[in-house]
Amino acid sequence: MCRLFAMTGDTPISPMVALNALDVMREGHDGSGVGLFLRDLGGPFDDMKNAPILSGIFTKNGIKRLDTFMMNLGFMTKYKISFKLPKNSPQGVPHRDVYLVRAYEYPEEWEGRNFEELGKELMNIRLQLREMGQAEKDMIVFSFWPDVIMIKEIGDPLTVGKYLNLGREDLTARVIMAQGRQNTNYAINLYACHPFFLQGISTMTNGENTAFVPIKEFLKSRDFPGYTGFQSDSEVFTHILHYALKGLGLSIEAYKHIITPLYGTDLETHPDAQLLKQLKQSCRKMIIDGPNCVIGSLPDHSLFMVQDRKKLRPGVVGGHPGQYAFASEICGLDAVIPDRDKSKDFQPMHLDTAIVGPDRQEINICRQTDPLPPLH
Amino acid sequence: MPSNRPITPSSLSIKDQPWQIHWDKDKCTLCGSCTAVCPVNAINLDVFRKRKVETSLGLNSSSSSVFKVYHGIRQKTDSAYACVGCAMCTQVCPNDAIMPYKSDEAGKLIFHVNRGGQPRRRGGRRNVAGGLLDQIKFIRISMLTDPALDAGRHEFELRTLLGRVLPPEEGIAHFKEKGWIPPVREIYPLLIGSMSFGALSPPMWEGLQMGVAYLNEELNMPVRICTGEGGCPPRLLRSRFLQYVILQIASGYFGWDEIIHAIPDMKVDPCAIEIKYGQGAKPGDGGLLMWYKVNKLIAAIRGVPAGVSLPSPPTHQTQYSIEESVAKMIQSMSMAWGFRVPVYPKISGTSTALAVLNNLTRNPYAAGLAIDGEDGGTGAAYDVSMNSMGHPIASNLRDCYLDLAAQGKQNEIPLFAGGGIGKTGNLAANAAALIMLGASGVQVGKYIMQAAAGCLGSETDRCNICNIGLCPKGITSQDPRLYRRLNADEVAQRVVDVYLSFDTELKKIVAPLGRSTSLPIGMSDALGINHRDVAERLKIQYVV
Ligand code: SF4
Ligand code: SF4
Repeated sequence: MCRLFAMTGDTPISPMVALNALDVMREGHDGSGVGLFLRDLGGPFDDMKNAPILSGIFTKNGIKRLDTFMMNLGFMTKYKISFKLPKNSPQGVPHRDVYLVRAYEYPEEWEGRNFEELGKELMNIRLQLREMGQAEKDMIVFSFWPDVIMIKEIGDPLTVGKYLNLGREDLTARVIMAQGRQNTNYAINLYACHPFFLQGISTMTNGENTAFVPIKEFLKSRDFPGYTGFQSDSEVFTHILHYALKGLGLSIEAYKHIITPLYGTDLETHPDAQLLKQLKQSCRKMIIDGPNCVIGSLPDHSLFMVQDRKKLRPGVVGGHPGQYAFASEICGLDAVIPDRDKSKDFQPMHLDTAIVGPDRQEINICRQTDPLPPLH
Repeated sequence: MPSNRPITPSSLSIKDQPWQIHWDKDKCTLCGSCTAVCPVNAINLDVFRKRKVETSLGLNSSSSSVFKVYHGIRQKTDSAYACVGCAMCTQVCPNDAIMPYKSDEAGKLIFHVNRGGQPRRRGGRRNVAGGLLDQIKFIRISMLTDPALDAGRHEFELRTLLGRVLPPEEGIAHFKEKGWIPPVREIYPLLIGSMSFGALSPPMWEGLQMGVAYLNEELNMPVRICTGEGGCPPRLLRSRFLQYVILQIASGYFGWDEIIHAIPDMKVDPCAIEIKYGQGAKPGDGGLLMWYKVNKLIAAIRGVPAGVSLPSPPTHQTQYSIEESVAKMIQSMSMAWGFRVPVYPKISGTSTALAVLNNLTRNPYAAGLAIDGEDGGTGAAYDVSMNSMGHPIASNLRDCYLDLAAQGKQNEIPLFAGGGIGKTGNLAANAAALIMLGASGVQVGKYIMQAAAGCLGSETDRCNICNIGLCPKGITSQDPRLYRRLNADEVAQRVVDVYLSFDTELKKIVAPLGRSTSLPIGMSDALGINHRDVAERLKIQYVV
């Protein structure tokens, strides 16, 4: 199993808080890897919300190639975080030349493009870089998106955090997702590490998606370049969410109806039965299976958690207005928001989607049996 | 054979028979049950000669041997009366005195069954035992990374869809604009395939229908049954049970006059319409109901004169190209029910299946494709068609699924596979293997006959006389003296037994694979086989 921790708060906090929470839950992961997703950034990034930020790991040669590539496209570096690494990496953490977090200025000729077009381009650039990096083994790219930073590395989460000095002041965020990994395949490919990212949407999962192969085949055949990779069976949760929101124009409330649709009387008596049946049939190939707890972050800064149809994985949401956290275990929550009203902690069950919206005022529980918001 | 008669080319001895009757004189009481029951008159009461030593009791007389006669059961050697190994004689013998045995060498009958110039016709399946499906293993067992599910206690959603499924974008758009959404049925993935009223006896047909109705109405299992090409009894057409029935139309259009006229009176729509273009047991050949079985009732339902053989043409005569055939028929059938009923073609397994499939993908009314592989069964076909024609189902189905996946239409046109599923009794394992290769569901016929009615037929060429109306179990006979052996209620009970046990076994397969939220269609990562070429061909794992 893996362990998940996510947090959303009015005041930006350091990712080390999340890594500490993972450390508290360490019985549930073997420290074989860590992934971090930061959004709604604080510090210097607070003033450059629209600048796309590239996150990844590069070799010296990779950086050179990246610079040429980006320069040719007309991107200018606006700001970057420089990680000063100790000479020797800690045990279990590989040595890397450069951890990159760099905000760019859009090329001039891109001015006037709407966000839709920009999003498409940013994704294509990320995919291109990924491909270039895979060919030469000199770059690994996690995200290229405004107001989003991702860091992934092999090794114990806390050790990695200290090694990279993630407690630094210029690295804070209001939305943070972190995953401590239980390694299921010996050689870890960082592209198989959670959280996964696609066009402003990110999810991470604790679980195993046993319906992976048919889902992968379906997504691949959608003819959308972003549905690629598939190094992890959990990556498709991000793709499905992306497809539901962007491809089908549905809302987050509908996500659970796609991955684990209702059936029987629950479906028959649902106020939106007709629509849900249609979705269930059309989206049959995206039904997930196996035990899974999914936590995700949406472009509007909401955080959410859903469970598989049988709720076979732990997961809890709690906090107080202005600050909420999502964790695999209550001890993770306790470590970060000890002063919350614990009686209001919520553990989403098989029909629930727990959402903390951008205002961070409450935990919204959307049950699958509730009516859906109208289609737009 | 008396020694002074000439031997003809077709004179055979008992040794040459594929089935040999062993009869035990000591146990036989000459009750005559066996000779009465034998469907092919292969045995008769006859006179045998025996030699007996008579020991002298007196001092002066010597012992001698005498010859006497006794009566017993003799097997005929004329190929017209060849024993078919059905063992009904064994079944009725009160003393277990008689039993057919398979010859220990290749029978010679095969060379003489065409006397009169008529090649052999029979019922049953390709006479090849076993098959590839049995060799496929389910190798992806969830244990520690993903706790296995409990087949007995967890909930499982194992239904499938029959009907043209719109791609998600279109589905939502049609929903919003209140456009036409093709009819889709949510059904159980194990279907009773097409066996016609006429091929089957009245109690068999009734039993199947009752079993299916019970499964639906009492056990909440949406099982569907296809009529085959023989029409449908008028009362069924006008009952609510029609919703569990897939009506088949084939090239002979038998019974369709009745069906079309019943449309205004139908209380419910049928589940679907299956247009039969081909059948696994006799690919490229039409249906065949031999005259023995065309009695008054069958003739009335089919709208034909009684007592004549009913061979359907190999193709639908009104059409000459696949485009026309498929498009026209699917459209007119859809139209007949106001576009509320899914219409799909069934073809026999063939290397040209992809051409048919690609045609269907372009036809918005095509609701699916059923493919019947070379191991499919039949009530009557030429032996040569059965044994040598057709395509194995596994690779045919897999190719079609992967082709759809490449086009992104793998969820839109459901594929149904048939032919030899459960041939050796492994119904759930065979069905699950095909589902994981890409089938949305499977159709079975022969298995149901064997399990629900005790059909004796087998791939060692046992019985298989379904074509001549002499079915010793009353399954495929239209003779009341034979079919009263079969009780419709008991058939229904067995159908329910089969489905309930299948359901448990299917869960016992999918639960360890960590699947319960949906039927694992196309979950090929769960499959492995101990044969490199097959693994490569089916794109599954090679495991040793
Ligand atoms: S086995 Fe069947 S066909 Fe053969 S003698 Fe007995 S009853 Fe007749
Ligand atoms: S028992 Fe009846 S149905 Fe079965 S093979 Fe014999 S004749 Fe055919």
